[in-house]
Amino acid sequence: MMNSVVEVAALRVVRGGRPVIDGLDLVIGAGVTGLLGPSGCGKSTLLRSIVGVQRVAGGTVTVLGEPAGSGPLRDRVGYQTQSSSVYDDLSVLENLRFFARVLGLPPSAAHDALLAVDLARHGDDVAGRLSGGQRSRVGLAVALLGTPALLVLDEPTVGLDPVLRRDLWALFHRIAEQGTAVLVSSHVMDEAERCDTLLLMREGRIIAHGPPADIKAAQGVADIESAFLALVEEGRR
Amino acid sequence: MTPRVTLAIAVRVLTQLRRDHRTLAMLLVLPCLLQALLWWIFQDTPLVFDRIGPALLAIFPFFVMFLVTSITTLRERSGGTLERLFTMPMGRLDFLVGYALAFGAVAAVQAALAAGVAVGLLDLDLRGPDALLVVVGVVDAVLGTALGLFVSAFARTEFQAVQFLPAVVVPQILLCGLIVPRERLPRVLESVADVLPLTWAVDAMEHLATTTRTGEVWRDVGIVVGFALAALALGAATLRRRTD
Repeated sequence: MMNSVVEVAALRVVRGGRPVIDGLDLVIGAGVTGLLGPSGCGKSTLLRSIVGVQRVAGGTVTVLGEPAGSGPLRDRVGYQTQSSSVYDDLSVLENLRFFARVLGLPPSAAHDALLAVDLARHGDDVAGRLSGGQRSRVGLAVALLGTPALLVLDEPTVGLDPVLRRDLWALFHRIAEQGTAVLVSSHVMDEAERCDTLLLMREGRIIAHGPPADIKAAQGVADIESAFLALVEEGRR
Repeated sequence: MTPRVTLAIAVRVLTQLRRDHRTLAMLLVLPCLLQALLWWIFQDTPLVFDRIGPALLAIFPFFVMFLVTSITTLRERSGGTLERLFTMPMGRLDFLVGYALAFGAVAAVQAALAAGVAVGLLDLDLRGPDALLVVVGVVDAVLGTALGLFVSAFARTEFQAVQFLPAVVVPQILLCGLIVPRERLPRVLESVADVLPLTWAVDAMEHLATTTRTGEVWRDVGIVVGFALAALALGAATLRRRTD
């Protein structure tokens, strides 16, 4: 019934007097969607617009049929900012229980989220003392609380070791199979292959949108990085 | 505003404090120690201690809560937790009132301890009811919390947040009647002092020290509560779900 999870129409965002996104149209569906592009291309701004914390200058963003950031969406969209966005001075479980309470979920939800990110052994550890990868997973666990219909993750795999990155992408796919649409941003092009659908972004515009194989085939290249370069060249001509 | 969320925030702030022993010591023990230091300084002139002591009971909670709140809220803003909360079913008032509740509770303990030490151990001469001393301490601390929440919107780093202390708090301490009684200030400064919230908190403490009548104390408490509510409203205005 609902094929599109996110619909962006004529979105315009101005930051510091400069348009960061200017007239963006986009439809995002189920599965794992990767938003890829270089640093500063507007990925975070787009994600923030989708979760409704970005001040926008024009256009509309509709999530699950409701205006982005509106009341009915607040317990249906999980979001993780670029930082892990958890309280460093609380234990992992204290963090999860707090956010579960805000969402009106029972304490057992905290434990479920902990299991999902494979941190069961670290429940009583203080978040600030965990490694970067573990803290990022705590942030992810918070976003997973209450099984949201849409999960928006801003660069959750940056700086992690390859094994952990692989595990996290496997987790994103498991979550997507259970019916949650997952939108993940990254500036690492080699993560493209792990997505069902790809959004390539540059200078506030989406320059390609589709399954990774289709994007590569359309440009007649073997990898996404080459496809990205070819698309940029094409745009210049 | 949802009571469940407000309460969750208050409990979480208290849990964070419980883990932070140094801050807890600063909040609870330091005011007592400073009070004792003051008593020692004026050991040979107890009349001065009786004049300054009550004023300090008003200044400590305000000062400390302002500092702690402005830094903790700034951390929420810069660490991404505030942004995350804003994608959840949390209203601005849940956040502000949650903080005010948590620090108000700490302030009650702080005021009770400081007043207990001042009156019980250091023989501070107090005419009014002791319980009212705690009430004044609490509203005073909530005022500090509310102002701290407000100014944290104008700081980008913790370093900048601390700079609001000399800018916002110190002038109030200088003008509140601690150094020179308010009525002996130059006319212009007296009028300035009249519109500063700390003046009324100190005024309440001075009434408690000098008279058994409580009418003026309640009036002062009312004024301080008014300032605290205004600061919370201003804080709510600076707290935006959507930011640049």
